[in-house]
Amino acid sequence: MEATLSAAELAKRHALGSVAPAETVKQAFARASEIRAGPQGLNALLSTDREAALGAADEVSRLHREGNRPRPLAGVPVVVKANIATLTMPTSCGSRILEHYVSPFESTVVTRLRAAGAIVIGKTNMDEFAMGSSTENSAFGPAKNPLDPTRVPGGSSGGSAACVAAGIVRIALGSETGGSVRQPASFCGVVGVKPTYGRVSRYGLVAFASSLDQVGVFGRTVDDAALGLGAIAGRDRYDSTSADVPVDDYRALADRDLEGVKIGRPREYFPESLDARIRDRCDASLELLRGLGATVRDVSLPHTELAIPTYYIIAPAEASSNLARFDGVRYGLRVNAPALRDMYERTRSEGFGPEVTRRILLGTYVLSAGYYDAYYRKAQEVRALIADDFRRVFDSGVNVLFTPTAPTPAFPLGTRSDPYDMYLSDIFTATANLAGIPALSLPVGRVDGMPVGGQVMASHFDEATLFRVAYALERALGEDAHR
Amino acid sequence: MSGSAPIANGKYEMVVGLEVHVQLRTRTKLFCNCPTQFGEPPNRNTCPVCLALPGSLPVLNESAVELATRAALALGAELHEESIFARKNYFYPDLPKGYQISQFDKPLATKGQLVIGERGDGTAMRIGITRVHMEEDAGKSIHDRFPGASAIDLNRAGVPLIEIVSEPDLRSSAEAGSYLRLLRQLLEYVDVSDLNMEEGSLRVDANISVRRRGATQLGTKTEVKNMNSFSGVERALEAEFARQVDILENGGVIEQQTLLWDADRGTVRPARSKEGSHDYRYFPDPDLPPLRLTKDWIERLRGHLPELPDAKRRRFAEQHRLGTYDIDVLTASPRIAEYFEAVAHAHGDAKTAANWIMGEVLAVLKQSGLPIERFPVRPRDVATLLDMVRSGAVSRSAAKRIFARMAETGDLPAQIAEREGLAQVGDEAQLAAWVDEVLAAQPAEWDRYRGGEKKLLGVFVGAVMKKSGGRADPKKVNQLLTTRASG
Repeated sequence: MEATLSAAELAKRHALGSVAPAETVKQAFARASEIRAGPQGLNALLSTDREAALGAADEVSRLHREGNRPRPLAGVPVVVKANIATLTMPTSCGSRILEHYVSPFESTVVTRLRAAGAIVIGKTNMDEFAMGSSTENSAFGPAKNPLDPTRVPGGSSGGSAACVAAGIVRIALGSETGGSVRQPASFCGVVGVKPTYGRVSRYGLVAFASSLDQVGVFGRTVDDAALGLGAIAGRDRYDSTSADVPVDDYRALADRDLEGVKIGRPREYFPESLDARIRDRCDASLELLRGLGATVRDVSLPHTELAIPTYYIIAPAEASSNLARFDGVRYGLRVNAPALRDMYERTRSEGFGPEVTRRILLGTYVLSAGYYDAYYRKAQEVRALIADDFRRVFDSGVNVLFTPTAPTPAFPLGTRSDPYDMYLSDIFTATANLAGIPALSLPVGRVDGMPVGGQVMASHFDEATLFRVAYALERALGEDAHR
Repeated sequence: MSGSAPIANGKYEMVVGLEVHVQLRTRTKLFCNCPTQFGEPPNRNTCPVCLALPGSLPVLNESAVELATRAALALGAELHEESIFARKNYFYPDLPKGYQISQFDKPLATKGQLVIGERGDGTAMRIGITRVHMEEDAGKSIHDRFPGASAIDLNRAGVPLIEIVSEPDLRSSAEAGSYLRLLRQLLEYVDVSDLNMEEGSLRVDANISVRRRGATQLGTKTEVKNMNSFSGVERALEAEFARQVDILENGGVIEQQTLLWDADRGTVRPARSKEGSHDYRYFPDPDLPPLRLTKDWIERLRGHLPELPDAKRRRFAEQHRLGTYDIDVLTASPRIAEYFEAVAHAHGDAKTAANWIMGEVLAVLKQSGLPIERFPVRPRDVATLLDMVRSGAVSRSAAKRIFARMAETGDLPAQIAEREGLAQVGDEAQLAAWVDEVLAAQPAEWDRYRGGEKKLLGVFVGAVMKKSGGRADPKKVNQLLTTRASG
């Protein structure tokens, strides 16, 4: 892949015939082996399907030769997280329990990507069932950050972020439950967008916490991410929680300035304890945004500090139910035993790793009779308060919020052994999942040589403004985004 | 069972509430497009959704909502504009998701009622309906097919059900039986289910406790399952009542538990519990938005409800002037009622139509085992036959023979009468000839008749009828004989 080409430009050249899709696919595989993206190296890719990818590339060429309408992602190679169902390659979710499981049906997002001309070349490593913030919880070993392989790529969609950062693909799919696209985007120096809850179909996304889960998109640039999201967004009749709201052209406002745009700087996202270098990077970005015509004002989202405890009740509760289907009866791992209960216990004990087990236990506990009101119901009430915080700020005329994406840059592998320390990686991102609003992370500079992301958040279904601000900031930052 | 129970029974009363699961008559399952058809090879009717493959999601079947709403409306229940699907979590191999999607604290409808008769003082015996909610069925575990292993058939997994929960208002097994029969009749009227107990489309669980007569406090209840007929429910309730009374009489306490009815032995036994504890950890299913019904939609369905059994019974009494017994028989099923009304309307005399249907039609149906909707004789042909009897074109006895032919062949009554020579003979010359022959054969009796022994008239009429092969018009024969005697 020519590193300077955007996904849109690449698709155009494929359609015109000036670049052969098969060549692009081969280059993606070449890059993957060059940087050792597989298990022996970065461990970002869990599986690839070269043959199918080349077949798909030839199909793209054939369609264009036959004069079919150019498609927005024609011949563009993509990778998808291992919890998104594809017809070839295991949908393992980074877990032993689904290690060899190949889905007989395809997720709506992959169907839509393929319909847009994209070619799925591989499945990416992830924290088991998307539970984690570093990709160290994968049953298949941790993925590594391509910018510094001694550090984590973030998580849970670390493998997808790493593949984009390493230049294997320009667009990748991840999934978010509490920051699992934005945080790794921040750690790997790429763009990551989590759309509004309901914007993208969850059909074929293996559920972690259904009321929070949403497929997200990584891009090398804002434009790549906008193109990718545009291809998968929209109502799907197979997902009752997908919304029937028109999909804007996310690339339409790419060249706009920010005249009239009001940006909020929520003080809870810039606490005293925040790394001063990250604060400075974000404030420098806010200066640039002001220079583009936006007005910036301080705002408050007073319930922010409750987001992590709230998240760690709701997400495990839903997970404890969603993961009950992995029982060894119909598919996936089964460890036989003479008695049914023993078969369940052995299968699930051997199939699930420690973090997944911890969250199932936590979730089972908070839903139990006698605890439901104190935990789950209370958490739902707090969730509503967090959503109200955002509503109030957006109702007051603020169009977007700007914050750091994560409190730190990528940390070294193996350094967050206390689960609670790990949970705090998502302190600035989990709020958007709880409120269901769209949010995007883009690189705003480096700290200790590692990238840090700035986060833009918008109101429900206003991805258009989210991208408008992100395009403008990316342009204004230029090379400084990666310095 | 101890011998003391029957003696002690009089001191106690039974308190029963019933939970009735009814499979809705939809073409497809509650949350996917798989067919609901019974009797397919195992696991044929399955897909990623009802197999709970990772990444699959439920999508609510609107026609199931419509049928559930009709049932709730027929029970006079209050429909909720918002109801919530919840997850009932437990592990069992025939429950693919590890949870059943059901409704919990916000069901489709609450506070209905079913009148099952009158009390001694003439007031209606109303059984309260606590709630009507929608849920999906589980699959089937088969333990006796493969030695050392269980097999799972998921054809039934995800099939739409409603659960109709009654208040603990029933006081005897007979009341429970009436409740079930009338509930089934009501559901048949609103046509929401096949109501086939053998195929499992109607299942009954009973909650039963006992208390001393006059007590207001409820006793500890047990739940009895696995009854596969209404009479089984009645027998199971009697057995469990006796068991509980026996325990109490012997100073014991009732343990809250689930029991299985063993129809062969006529006893209940404790069920093997599905899970150690029954904490189902209900919570709202995040995959399904709240079910919202508009007032307009509910009212439209209410407006489209058919006439319900009570209303039909009242109308049959007023409009057709029928007695209670006739009404009960004719309104037992809406299709029989409809058939009756079609015949009565075409023929004009409701009582005759009622008698004919109760006497002839139902007998033929019973013999053939056919449901009335597949009975080959159309109501208007029955009416034509009754018209022929009224006009004297055929005799009543000939009509019965004609009707039997109609049921076999579906031919028209006039064709059959013609073909089989069953048309009634009213021709004076022919009748006179038969009378002559009969009188010639019995001169002595004829003299006695003319001498005043009037009861002999029947003997002559009968003899003429016999000679005519049943075709002679008995009224005319009668007339002819009286004229002859006085002439």
